[in-house]
Amino acid sequence: MQVLVLAGGLSAERDVSLRSGRRVADALRRERPEWEIVERDVDASLLPHLVEHRPDCVIPLLHGAAGEDGAMRDVLESLGIAFVGSGASASRLAFDKPNAKHVLAAAGILTPECVAMPQSTFRELGATSVLDAVVERLGLPLVVKPARGGSALGMSIVRRADEVPAAMVAAFAYADTVMLEAFIEGTEVAVGVFSRDEDLLALSAVEIVPENGVYDYAARYTAGTTTFYCPARLTDDIEESVQALALNAHLLLGLSHVSRTDAIVDADGQVWFLEVNVAPGMTETSLLPQALAEAEIGVGALFAELVDRVTA
Amino acid sequence: MSQGSRLDPWVDSYASRAHAMRASEIRALFAVASRPEVVSLAGGMPFVQALPVEMLTQTAVRVLTERGPVALQYGSGQGDVTLREQILEVVGEVGVTAHPDDIVVTTGSQMALDLVTRVFCDPGDVVLVESPSYVGALGVFRAYECDVIHVAMDDQGLVPVALSEAITRVRAAGKKVKLIYTIPSFHNPAGVTQGPQRRAEILAIAQREGIALLEDDPYGLLGFEGEPPRAIRADDAEGVIYLGSFSKTIASGLRVGWAIAPHGVREKLVLAAESAVLCPSNYAQLTVSEYLATQPWREQIKVFREVYRERRDALLESLQAYMPEGTTWTIPAGGFYSWLTLPTGLDATSMLPRAVAALVAYVPGTGFYVDGQGRQNLRLSYCYPEPDRIREGVRRLATVVEGELELVNTFGPSAMHQPVGSSVPAPDIR
Repeated sequence: MQVLVLAGGLSAERDVSLRSGRRVADALRRERPEWEIVERDVDASLLPHLVEHRPDCVIPLLHGAAGEDGAMRDVLESLGIAFVGSGASASRLAFDKPNAKHVLAAAGILTPECVAMPQSTFRELGATSVLDAVVERLGLPLVVKPARGGSALGMSIVRRADEVPAAMVAAFAYADTVMLEAFIEGTEVAVGVFSRDEDLLALSAVEIVPENGVYDYAARYTAGTTTFYCPARLTDDIEESVQALALNAHLLLGLSHVSRTDAIVDADGQVWFLEVNVAPGMTETSLLPQALAEAEIGVGALFAELVDRVTA
Repeated sequence: MSQGSRLDPWVDSYASRAHAMRASEIRALFAVASRPEVVSLAGGMPFVQALPVEMLTQTAVRVLTERGPVALQYGSGQGDVTLREQILEVVGEVGVTAHPDDIVVTTGSQMALDLVTRVFCDPGDVVLVESPSYVGALGVFRAYECDVIHVAMDDQGLVPVALSEAITRVRAAGKKVKLIYTIPSFHNPAGVTQGPQRRAEILAIAQREGIALLEDDPYGLLGFEGEPPRAIRADDAEGVIYLGSFSKTIASGLRVGWAIAPHGVREKLVLAAESAVLCPSNYAQLTVSEYLATQPWREQIKVFREVYRERRDALLESLQAYMPEGTTWTIPAGGFYSWLTLPTGLDATSMLPRAVAALVAYVPGTGFYVDGQGRQNLRLSYCYPEPDRIREGVRRLATVVEGELELVNTFGPSAMHQPVGSSVPAPDIR
């Protein structure tokens, strides 16, 4: 069995992806020493490599555009190569945060109200009047983030109206469309979901308490700057609700094999959907591996099981 | 109730200086900049491909076959004596005369910077640096918890009046100025060079005030016109500590540099070096020594000059051709770098993600300051990419700058200044 772990790419999350890829590849080598595990970056030589060597299975661990927007999965699908994770169209839908929220809201799932606009809208209509209208509708504080992308790159929490333009510029640095979302005060949690046989299972929620109050890039990837609780300090009822939310998000968006849903539990115990990740980070400080460890499931065991499944 | 985990059991054991060492978006972007699709005008990597590799291979083989037991053994903390004699020949090119005993060979001049700071500075001591200054030096000064203060530069480098005023101000605040750190020739990152008069004025201030002048001269032999600028150390053996390097004139991977220091300082540098690394690599030193003894090293430096001059020209021509109005840049007469100032209102740090997405990279100006200055600036390195790649990189960069100007028009100038994140430098920014 040859398994190709795809990591790296050209997105701003390249470094995170490389670390995720290395971790999964090492875990798989330990889990299945008889398998040939190949690690590959995405470049012009990838396609000829895939065509010539036709690996039995690909594990795309690319974060950010191309990795999560469905493009690479489209390529794998068209080559007829099996891969672990969601299909191209489901990935495309989930990666676009406003669209994913729309799908879930239509199914009755609570998600903070949001507005997403490209830069051209602000240019054509005038940023001040557009932003005034958005702030009036959504209120403050606001979360401003790229409509597509991860690792909190370009994300800001804005508490004053005069801070919104700078937050917009920071988000436009990473994407052409920016989402402004009502800020929900509460407990930040992440829930991993994976499929086993015919079942879809939710892991325990991981509660995130960043030292500086904001789970930004530094808080995500500097060990020691965020305290994680797994299981989260939630009542059993609320824990069930967040797990149900993650399972619903996974199903409603048509995702496969593994995903991670980020959510907020507010002071009233209401659970709000924020976003879902089709290629969850697998680094030393990432959330899904913590939840897997709590469930005593090895990273290698999970991915070996998924590889077995897609190649069966 | 579950126990919280911070995923690092040592987090409460780290020194306070380690708390600033954090993951940053800028470092994440530099991971992309290393990809071949990206034209990197960021890192200051010498173009080692211009070296005669065959001859270097023979040199390295000869060192191992003829002097293996010495090359592979520990050596003197001060460095190989033959190499120190040869270094005198090299620094003779910039007018420096000294005795081999005045030289301490180091693992690149970066280590010399570290040793000098270790020997001179207690936490809170002031080091005066240029505005902007070399990112690697700032990292060292901060590691020793120095109070780093920037002093103004103009197109002739460090401004003497500003230097005098800074010394007065610091002393009035009850602090000690321990070092004046300057890169007089082909400055990194500013790309400017101090003229002879300017050097004399700066030296006079250091002498009058009794402050050691730390002269960092890695690019001195890489001027594009005329003779190499005369080092400040050439005119004062007692007040100047001179740092040099073979990283740009031979190969950065060999990691051989040096300090030339007055007697008392040198004694301490040797002791500090021994405690840090015991001795510099004998193998690397003997390879450099053999190269200097057997190869036409002056001719090779001429080759490097030509390579870099051609690339400098490609950079300047394309900046002129593509950059929007309101962009300015320095015109380096040697070395690796030009310092670019963006049109009013633009922020080079917040522009970097867009630049990397457009497959061009640079170093934002804030990396060359300890105090958040430099937002409107960026450093462009022309040393590594081929001229055509430089032109393409500048063309891409110009498009990005145009895009930023559109953002200013849309959101207003006050929206363009983003908070400066961790400025711990990326390892590839030399």
